[in-house]
Amino acid sequence: MTLARDTLNENREEARPSSRRVPSAATGRMHRPAHMRRWDVHIHGWLLLLPAAVLLATFTHFPAVATVIDSFFSTPKGPRHSVFVGLDNYQAMISDPIFWRSLDNNLVYALSTIPLTIALAMTMALAVNRKLAGRGFMRMSFFTPTVMPMIAVANIWLFFYSPGYGLLDRLLALFGIPAHNWLGSEQTALVCLIAVAVWKDAGFFMIFYLAALQQMPPQLAEAAAIEGASRWYFFRRVTFPLLMPTTLFVLINAIINSFRLVDHVIVMTRGGPNNTTSLLLFYIYEVGFKFWDTAYAASLTVVLLVLLAVLAVGQFTFFDRRIHYQ
Amino acid sequence: MRITRRKYLATMAGTAAAVLSPAVLAKEVELSLYYPVAVGGPITKIIDGYAAAFEKENPGIKVRAIYAGTYQDTLVKSLTAFKSGEPPNIAVLLSTDMFTLIDEGAVDPFDDLVKSDADKAWLKSFYPAFMENSQTGGKTWGIPFQRSTIVMYWNKDAFKQAGLDPEKAPDNWDELVAFGRKLTKREGNATTQWGVQIPSTGFPYWLFQGLTTANNVRLMNQAGTETYFDKPEVIEALQFWVDLSRKYEIHPPGAVEWGTTPKDFFERKTAIMWTTTGNLTNVRKNAPFPFGVAMLPGHKGRGSPTGGGNFYFFRKMTPEQRAAAFKFVKWMTTPERAADWGIATGYVAVRPDAWETPAMKKYVADFPAAEVARDQLKFAVAELSTHDNQRVTKALNDGIQAALNGTKTPTQAMKDAQQESARILRPYR
Repeated sequence: MTLARDTLNENREEARPSSRRVPSAATGRMHRPAHMRRWDVHIHGWLLLLPAAVLLATFTHFPAVATVIDSFFSTPKGPRHSVFVGLDNYQAMISDPIFWRSLDNNLVYALSTIPLTIALAMTMALAVNRKLAGRGFMRMSFFTPTVMPMIAVANIWLFFYSPGYGLLDRLLALFGIPAHNWLGSEQTALVCLIAVAVWKDAGFFMIFYLAALQQMPPQLAEAAAIEGASRWYFFRRVTFPLLMPTTLFVLINAIINSFRLVDHVIVMTRGGPNNTTSLLLFYIYEVGFKFWDTAYAASLTVVLLVLLAVLAVGQFTFFDRRIHYQ
Repeated sequence: MRITRRKYLATMAGTAAAVLSPAVLAKEVELSLYYPVAVGGPITKIIDGYAAAFEKENPGIKVRAIYAGTYQDTLVKSLTAFKSGEPPNIAVLLSTDMFTLIDEGAVDPFDDLVKSDADKAWLKSFYPAFMENSQTGGKTWGIPFQRSTIVMYWNKDAFKQAGLDPEKAPDNWDELVAFGRKLTKREGNATTQWGVQIPSTGFPYWLFQGLTTANNVRLMNQAGTETYFDKPEVIEALQFWVDLSRKYEIHPPGAVEWGTTPKDFFERKTAIMWTTTGNLTNVRKNAPFPFGVAMLPGHKGRGSPTGGGNFYFFRKMTPEQRAAAFKFVKWMTTPERAADWGIATGYVAVRPDAWETPAMKKYVADFPAAEVARDQLKFAVAELSTHDNQRVTKALNDGIQAALNGTKTPTQAMKDAQQESARILRPYR
């Protein structure tokens, strides 16, 4: 408590450049030497950080470091212990066609889901931000996919896509388009999964955009209206730039989601047909918990970690400079 | 010697333990059992009921039955528990996981427990087809419990409409094609009803074995160290599957989803489907038309692979626990229990004498379709299982899906699969 009060005092003194500063500031410092006070601050700070730091270290940092170490060892099997194999696992990875296929799939998946989700989320937010009849209902229905568990969603979509009597084929039949085996064909399976991911995430990101839109001062719109700016111009030059901090946040989340969420792959295609829908994390799961090749799974995980780390650092350094924070 | 309070207490406790220990030991054998649920119905309730009944008959033993999810989940949980030093005592896992479990050093064989003549007779009482996936290297590693095979379901209404005898299912590949042509209905360029549907997602290799077995060829050796994916008979079988959709156009193109196949059947999108006997109860409840169940059609021979789960004994059990676990497994596989389990779930009762019990006889009289699976067991073969099982089956699965999708020819697909599997199995030779 003393500490807090002293700090407060100091701040107040600094804010007021009067001559009374000396005696009042001195009262705090009279009894204890300066270096001890600094220690107090450090211990206090560390104690406050401790609970979060312990959790973070146990569940994030330790596993990450352990994974990196494991990736340089072989998989222990029964009587055979794991031995140091250097870069063997990584060499195996380079010549593993399914790894490259999964990485490839994941890039296509990320590059299509992210822009589509963001565009859709922004459009939906703009739509329900205006005053219109049934706005509450619209907002709710846009948000519903988000609250449903991915497993349930995937099971529903499995039936949407079923050839012949599924919802999609029924709709297309109205236009005379013949039935198609959506999830069973190598050309369409990944696209189908992308559609599910966009449908599921757009509502979630809409909420952030909606919140940002509601924070926007109405004077801007009024000023633009007086100046005679078109709606599109207003969106392009005012709304969109002001939404950029939100977009950065959403972008990071979308990227993480595109590498993190594979529940629908497990439910809908299990990576098939012929690995066309195998995403990186799904492949890691397969290698780790179906093939029990934990060391190879660890090295695959390291690739995923590095990929995500590079993306995150890139985003913060590159975009941060170009974003206008209010 | 001065007696301190602590010493006094320790002595007392020691004496008490010495006096009580025989009683304690006799009472406190606790077994943990991990089991999966892979078919519909109140399975957990049935298992809990069995455990309670067993405890009542065997007062010294407690059985903690733990539901662990799907087969895959149960394997993951059992093996991770084993690696952390606290494995379950008994687990019900896929018969095909045998080599994986042996290679991990996670399970012990049953042979040292089978001593008396009664025990030896018990071990011989199961259908030989089920034991193929339970024994290797002269040892028994699994005891058949919830086992199944593939059968063919057909829609009698559709047969009637197509001018076919509704009581006669196709008996061989030629008939399958001939019937399928009549059963496939088209409107313009859209197909409203397919002749036959063989699912090919998740575990296409299993259904593929229904074709290879009919073509008189095996996919692997009993030791699980060799596969024969590129044998001409195997390629022929795959060619036939591909032809069903590409040449005869009586089977949907591409990979057919395993999970929605029963629904396709109920919706009359396909007149014939191949699926597990485990779906029997499901089809009986949900098919809105009369249906028949038949053995898979033959070609050079006939038959189906077996499937489903076995009991495994994990390592690190005390001798008392092992004895108790052995008692439990024997209790779970008596003819009466096997019959009861089969009736309740749709799994195939694992031993011939189970079909002679009054309860089973009554059930079969009421529902003759249940017998088909049993009769097919004569022709059944082991499900594909090798060392590094999941990797090898994945190589085959990818090949099958590539061929069905037309990205590879059957010959190329099987050659690639064989090459990959040979590479994986090299260390086990």
